[in-house]
Amino acid sequence: MTNTTTKTDHMVYLKDMEVLSDSNIMEQVLEAVQCYDDTLYTAEDVKNALAKENRGFKEFQALLSPAAEPFLEEMAQKAQSETLKHFGNSISIFTPLYISNYCENHCVYCGFNCRNAIRRAKLDINAIEQEMQSISKTGLEEILILTGESRIHSDVKYIGEACKMAKKYFKMVGIEVYPMNTEEYAYLHQCGVDYVTVFQETYNSDKYETLHISGHKRIFPYRFYAQERALRGGMRGVAFAALLGLHDFRKDAFATGAHAYLLQRKYPHAEISFSCPRLRPIINNGTIHPKDVGEKQLLQVMTAYRLFMPFANITISTRESAVFRDHVIGLAATKISAGVSTGIGSHSSEKSQGDDQFEIADNRSVEEVAEAIKARGLQPVMNDYVYI
Amino acid sequence: MEKQDKLIIGGHSFDSRFILGSGKYDLELIRAAIEQAQAQIITLALRRANTNSKENIMDYIPKGVTLLPNTSGARNAEEAIRIAHLAREMGCGDFIKIEVIRDSKYLLPDNAQTILATERLAKEGFIVLPYMYPDLNVARDLANAGAAAIMPLGAPIGSNKGLCTKEFIQILVDEIDLPIIVDAGIGRPSQACEAMEMGVDAVMANTAIATAGSITAMAAAFKSAIEAGRSAYLSGFGRVLEKGGSASSPLTGFLRE
Repeated sequence: MTNTTTKTDHMVYLKDMEVLSDSNIMEQVLEAVQCYDDTLYTAEDVKNALAKENRGFKEFQALLSPAAEPFLEEMAQKAQSETLKHFGNSISIFTPLYISNYCENHCVYCGFNCRNAIRRAKLDINAIEQEMQSISKTGLEEILILTGESRIHSDVKYIGEACKMAKKYFKMVGIEVYPMNTEEYAYLHQCGVDYVTVFQETYNSDKYETLHISGHKRIFPYRFYAQERALRGGMRGVAFAALLGLHDFRKDAFATGAHAYLLQRKYPHAEISFSCPRLRPIINNGTIHPKDVGEKQLLQVMTAYRLFMPFANITISTRESAVFRDHVIGLAATKISAGVSTGIGSHSSEKSQGDDQFEIADNRSVEEVAEAIKARGLQPVMNDYVYI
Repeated sequence: MEKQDKLIIGGHSFDSRFILGSGKYDLELIRAAIEQAQAQIITLALRRANTNSKENIMDYIPKGVTLLPNTSGARNAEEAIRIAHLAREMGCGDFIKIEVIRDSKYLLPDNAQTILATERLAKEGFIVLPYMYPDLNVARDLANAGAAAIMPLGAPIGSNKGLCTKEFIQILVDEIDLPIIVDAGIGRPSQACEAMEMGVDAVMANTAIATAGSITAMAAAFKSAIEAGRSAYLSGFGRVLEKGGSASSPLTGFLRE
């Protein structure tokens, strides 16, 4: 077991980690979330927040508070009309591709964590191409490339080669890998990447410290500033998320929104996207269950994001059931994954080489998801993007 | 009479003054929407057309309709120019609607970069329709840069708020010798009609139709409203009395000759 006395200071950057000394967005977010007491909000505050056209931190906090729960139907109605205004009937489809599950971090809730005895694998460039060919055949044109967070097994060059390959088969390439420095993001942008997703997991740095026992992921501020470094590296869009259920989900959802809001104010061209993952069970840890955040609470978070930042994309994860996913598209969500496998190498062969990061709840194919979108009167969109 | 009332853009002549957008709705409905709208120009986002999939928007647009590809996704003049080139390579023709947007929240156009892109693309032989925030000086610069029409916004894209910039659009109508096409923000047929009554040359609408209960019925409603507004403008408005009526004894009665 890890000896807590040997743990490093999670707020101190490691050597080679770039510091954005001219940015204080983290300090602003942490201060705002510290002042957020969700019990202080009343039904009146929620009604006022709903009535406003432009909503600030105060209104966002009210919508995330327990006082807003009885107004969920009203929130959903308003969220749907905002989604329609900004995105019309379009719903984007993409799929994640896991190319490596090696990880150097010990994060207690994650299936890929370096202490978890799972089958590890890393695809070589030929295997990556085979996976991409299989995915491309399904009609998808947007891909999200993922790795476990290992700079040793999946270095920036390796990720870059995978992205160059992805450009051959897809119109739009995003990455969800370990946080890196500005110049590394700039390199990956040259390789064809335009979207960077980094989950902060929890915005409570004390809780964060207890969950991320060792590895570079332990460094809270370096992870926090990943999106800002990505934008400085030339990326078009950035995605944010807290893993709901790790800590107080209302505070974490507020911090996620505040983080995105402040970054968009500083970089007005940045395209913003939210993901709303809840904790899922993982291999070798049956005690993890998303019990704190029910579907009702999850929908509250999603509609609050929509009402706070109506122009932002919201992605709905395969962690959720098909029924839930089908009902939130067009209501708050604008992006949905399909044909998902979180294992390594399972798109092109029946048996995966490496184990999954988490269990998925919706394993429908691209075609099935596209049909479900149409059945709701919406339009599945494979590509709405041009790399320039 | 009406038959001669043509909309002329870059030497091309159109009977319809309704420019239809093709974004945000089912591709299967595009043909029906065009028919109901009797539109002769349809815009399309190149980023949406730039696809390998079975669902390519280009395949759904009837022949004979003029394509107006837009440069959405461009954050500066350079990117808009590259997208315009891509559109030409893809066979979208010479029309191009310039959209340069570096604000993801309100999607307001960057007028300065739009002028730069207009100048370059007009020199390259494109028929350039710049989307802009209605500013008279910018409209003049765009005209000098070779724009074929000016497309001022009525309200932020997708907001359906109507003619928030009415006074400024009126100035463009009065001062600029190019077609003025109101683009963005038109949420209702009545707002489209109002724009046409002001003397605007054409109206472009997308979200209002894309998100309507019946896309085809709303397309038809917009068509009628635009025609009604145009007829009203052409017929000349009757005199509207100011409050209190006219003065009964003339103010000029003191003049001796």
